[in-house]
Amino acid sequence: MAESKPSTPLTGAKSTPVPRKRKPLHFRDVAPYVFISPFFVLFFVFGLFPLLFSVYLSLHRWDPAAGLSAMNFVGLENYIFVITNDDWFHTSLYNTVWLALVSGLPQHLVALPLAFFLHTAFGRWRNSVVGAYFLPFITSTVAISLVFSSLFSRDFGVVNATLTALHDIPGLGWLFPADKIDWGQPQYTKWMISFVVWWRFVGWNTVLYLSAMQTIPKDLFEAATMDGARPWQQFRHVCLPLLRPMVFFAVTLTIIGNLQLFEEPFILTGGTGGIDQAGKTAAMHMYATAFVDGDFGTASAIAWLLFMLIAAVTWANNRFLGQNDKKA
Amino acid sequence: MSTTFKHSSLAANGVAYGIVLGGALIMLAPFYFMFVFATHSDREILSLPPPLWFGDNFMANVRLLVEKLPFFWHNLGWSLYVAVAVTAANLFLCSLAGYAFAMFEFRFKDKLFLFVMATMLLPAFVGMIPTVITMSWLGWLNQPKALIVPAACTALGVFMMRQYITSAIPRDLIDAARIDGCGEFGIFFRIVLPLITPALGTLGLVTFIGSWNNFMGPLIVMRDMEMFTVPLALRALQGTGQTPWGAICAGSSIAVLPLLVMFVMASRRLIEGLTAGAVKA
Repeated sequence: MAESKPSTPLTGAKSTPVPRKRKPLHFRDVAPYVFISPFFVLFFVFGLFPLLFSVYLSLHRWDPAAGLSAMNFVGLENYIFVITNDDWFHTSLYNTVWLALVSGLPQHLVALPLAFFLHTAFGRWRNSVVGAYFLPFITSTVAISLVFSSLFSRDFGVVNATLTALHDIPGLGWLFPADKIDWGQPQYTKWMISFVVWWRFVGWNTVLYLSAMQTIPKDLFEAATMDGARPWQQFRHVCLPLLRPMVFFAVTLTIIGNLQLFEEPFILTGGTGGIDQAGKTAAMHMYATAFVDGDFGTASAIAWLLFMLIAAVTWANNRFLGQNDKKA
Repeated sequence: MSTTFKHSSLAANGVAYGIVLGGALIMLAPFYFMFVFATHSDREILSLPPPLWFGDNFMANVRLLVEKLPFFWHNLGWSLYVAVAVTAANLFLCSLAGYAFAMFEFRFKDKLFLFVMATMLLPAFVGMIPTVITMSWLGWLNQPKALIVPAACTALGVFMMRQYITSAIPRDLIDAARIDGCGEFGIFFRIVLPLITPALGTLGLVTFIGSWNNFMGPLIVMRDMEMFTVPLALRALQGTGQTPWGAICAGSSIAVLPLLVMFVMASRRLIEGLTAGAVKA
């Protein structure tokens, strides 16, 4: 942050008080305010106002068809109902946390060593390989999730065809299923969604870790090599300690993003949440409550509960995993 | 090319390379199958083994797609229109605000900038329901402006432009222009904008792709098939009965192809732009 202090008049010699003249107002003095005003105007109208309205809404029962006059103040009733009585909310919350962990952890377990390997061992083809891993991140979630639906189909899907083919490998075959998996069944739905989410974000995290590794001085690695450190030891003792802040940051982003999961499960389950709602996330439940049931009050309460959950998890994450650099 | 792996055996290295390249194949496979399936009839797609190479059914799939989605070309047009409008608005408004934060001294500057950054912490889904209500009050439902205006100036864009302008433009240049009698808007248009074209390119790419892929926004404000953007239209194919996989893959290919072209042409800049907020923050 470049900061130059606005110049203060010299207060050395006390001069006789001069009647203060009003400086003529130049456009130059208001220009910055004019320049930043579009952002603030847009945010107040389309960001802040709707948010405040949604707090207000969550404290009311309201049938939108009946117009604004039909709002009944019910206090925290919506919140209490959602917390104590809304079974779908409990299910969807469980699904959300499950998906966040099962798709989130492997992202980092793969991205970290992958970034290290790309950083240290890859020469000419590095950018192409990074590009291949990053590509899923920029594509249309809807389009690619639809394609995945076809790849995951039970009888003719490429995924099942591949898995059953792998089952025939001598020695390793037992790792893979002998029969075709019906990914639409509740016990498999979450695995399918997790895979797609993992697929989308593993490259994103790899790029984050790569950019952090590029800030590590090269001679550290060279010194480690001189001392005879194996690649694994270099990764463990040179890379990881220096990457801690970035790991923390990237994991935080994953948690925040995954708890809001909506598009992938929505498309992969055809908007329904799947059999037994096994693939319904909290954000999907909020959407359904508002736009299928038309219950805007309860839906707003769900939104704020989810927001509080995300804030709490982020805070806890900061508190316990954050910058505690006591560990060497 | 570093010599880190001098000590490791050739075999271990080979295995590691194999795993990394295998992973890259897994990343690319869905795209490959999307393009391949787009050129096959449903009967061929539904056979075992699934087709692994291109067929000649692409035009038939596109015809089927348009039959199922009579407004598909409209939808493509709206997607493009919204993405271009949002991108243009962001380039102008974000660089204007970024310029003010980078080159001016004014009261509350730091607090205002902190506020801009703080708005990034608000998750999108919290605004979903009230946004629909706001749009219906304004009478904007089913209109592209419901997607364009709220997204016309993003916090991330302001942040990116401020970073770039701080590093790329010396203040003396601005002062010199003032002394020469150039007006404030004149300085912005004649001096600042030409100097920040690289950052404009990056922000433009990122914004365009974000808008093109946006699903939640149109999902809640667009009600008529005719006004759908491409992601919404594709999702409508998921309807009941027999899913037309060939048509879906053809439509998805059309939706993804522009992104692939952009990515191939400017992958480095795109990756830099998308991670800018994360890496520099």
